[in-house]
Amino acid sequence: MDTADIVLKGTAQTEQEWLIGLRKTVESVLPIPYYRERFGSVGINQAEDIRSLEDFQRLPLTTKEDLRKNYPFGLFAEPMENIVRIHASSGTTGKPTVVGYTSQDIELWAKIVAKELARLGVTKQDVVQIAYGYGLFTGGMGLHYGCEELGAIVVPISGGNTARQLMLMRDFGTTVLACTPSYALFLAESLEESGISRDELKLKFGVFGAEPWSDGMREQIEARLGIKAFDIYGLSETMGPGVALECLAQQGLHIDEHFYPEILDSEGKSLPVGERGELVITSLDKAGFPVLRYRTKDLTALHYGTCSCGHVGWTMERVSARVDDMLIIRGVNVFPSQVEEAILSLGGFEPHYLLVVYREGSLDQLEVQVEVNETTFFDEVRELEGRQERLKQSIEDILGISVRIRLVEPKSIPRSEGKAVRVIDKRK
Amino acid sequence: MLQLSIFLENAKGRLAEVISLLAEFNVNLRALSLADTKDYGVLRIIVDEPEATTEKLRERKVVVSLTPVWVLKVPDRAGGLAEMLNQLVKQDVVVEYMYAFVEKEHEQAQVVIRVKDQDIMEKAVQKINLTVK
Repeated sequence: MDTADIVLKGTAQTEQEWLIGLRKTVESVLPIPYYRERFGSVGINQAEDIRSLEDFQRLPLTTKEDLRKNYPFGLFAEPMENIVRIHASSGTTGKPTVVGYTSQDIELWAKIVAKELARLGVTKQDVVQIAYGYGLFTGGMGLHYGCEELGAIVVPISGGNTARQLMLMRDFGTTVLACTPSYALFLAESLEESGISRDELKLKFGVFGAEPWSDGMREQIEARLGIKAFDIYGLSETMGPGVALECLAQQGLHIDEHFYPEILDSEGKSLPVGERGELVITSLDKAGFPVLRYRTKDLTALHYGTCSCGHVGWTMERVSARVDDMLIIRGVNVFPSQVEEAILSLGGFEPHYLLVVYREGSLDQLEVQVEVNETTFFDEVRELEGRQERLKQSIEDILGISVRIRLVEPKSIPRSEGKAVRVIDKRK
Repeated sequence: MLQLSIFLENAKGRLAEVISLLAEFNVNLRALSLADTKDYGVLRIIVDEPEATTEKLRERKVVVSLTPVWVLKVPDRAGGLAEMLNQLVKQDVVVEYMYAFVEKEHEQAQVVIRVKDQDIMEKAVQKINLTVK
């Protein structure tokens, strides 16, 4: 592929400049036998063997599986005495993936997050309520250190305990909320019932991430909480939150310069700028746990250029789906976010849904559960049936398979305090 | 008159649960009708204090909406209801749904009618001099 497609001329970093950083990362992982062996198999035995981005793209991709094979510390690039913190992925299947940070890594991470938040206008005066989980998950602590670096007032409340979240939001005068989008929506819903009025809150905006969400979801959160909602991106394997964050223009997430992104198709081939595929990330300047061409399993597209906010470099579109979330139903690929988009664009239903996949005989069936609300005018059964039919049509048009819509009572779909559960697959 | 329309998810025992709640609130059901579809039901009830009952039900997470309906006395003779409906049709009233009940005290037949257009019904009721509860 033509590298001119990847690094456009006249922008901050030329191909040669990127290569300096990429070579450094390659050099830092070469002492690790696992990498050395794999790189050797494609003829790269030293960092100098990488003379162009094409050379770089010959390097084997790193997957979650590679991390598991080297569990727990096999891919750390620094001796353990230099490691000051460990984080790990939630690891819903099998062993968690473990990452380590040196004190410089922690500092760098905090600086990146601080710089990004400053771009949104967060200052020392802001009260940031961090309702991401604290612990092995990077969400809570990643934001926490970034806010402290910036000098903002941190409320490290972690996830859950919704009534308390709302009370402190009012009493502490929280101006910025950080959590998953689904939890933001749950907080909005709970606010409506809590007896605390929106006027009592000083909330200005939210920094939401750690799960795929849609534009419709953003509109709902912004309308219900009366704030601006910004998308933050990151995963523990590459560092944590802060790999990318939107700016006020809300035109995609600006990727921090310490990360080199690529987009690959399902076969692992590079895609040109603007095309949708899987995001692959290489860290630059990360010491404890550098990642090389790490497959994020997040689907997005990349753009390169200068934003109206002044950011120069890579911008990624919002992650609307994860490769892992993909359901194959009757041979068709289905992403929960596609259903979300259909529900929200039609209106009249709550933005909470659950996909239940089951088998009837030998045929896969998809049931979409959607909540009605008091404004859904259900007294006219025909009207409601009409609306249900329109939703069915709209989802079927998007997915290309037949679905069953089940209307359920409000708040009957379990709410999540972290990452939302959107799918129950009974075929497994 | 305001009718309570209650959304019932198609789940085992949900109707019994809601009816039991009404019993707990000591609400007397004067009239009741259940519309059901493949996937859910709509329970329509007439009670003495519709607003207060709605509030209590909402507190217990029941989805309720209040719907304006007409409760009319049906003339106590064969063909009484037919006569009344024909009169309404002549006045361009469109009936969405209807259900009947008998008031125990006076053994009086009554119908609950939901119409498409309230204004048309208002005029019709005055013109043909119907007894509205």
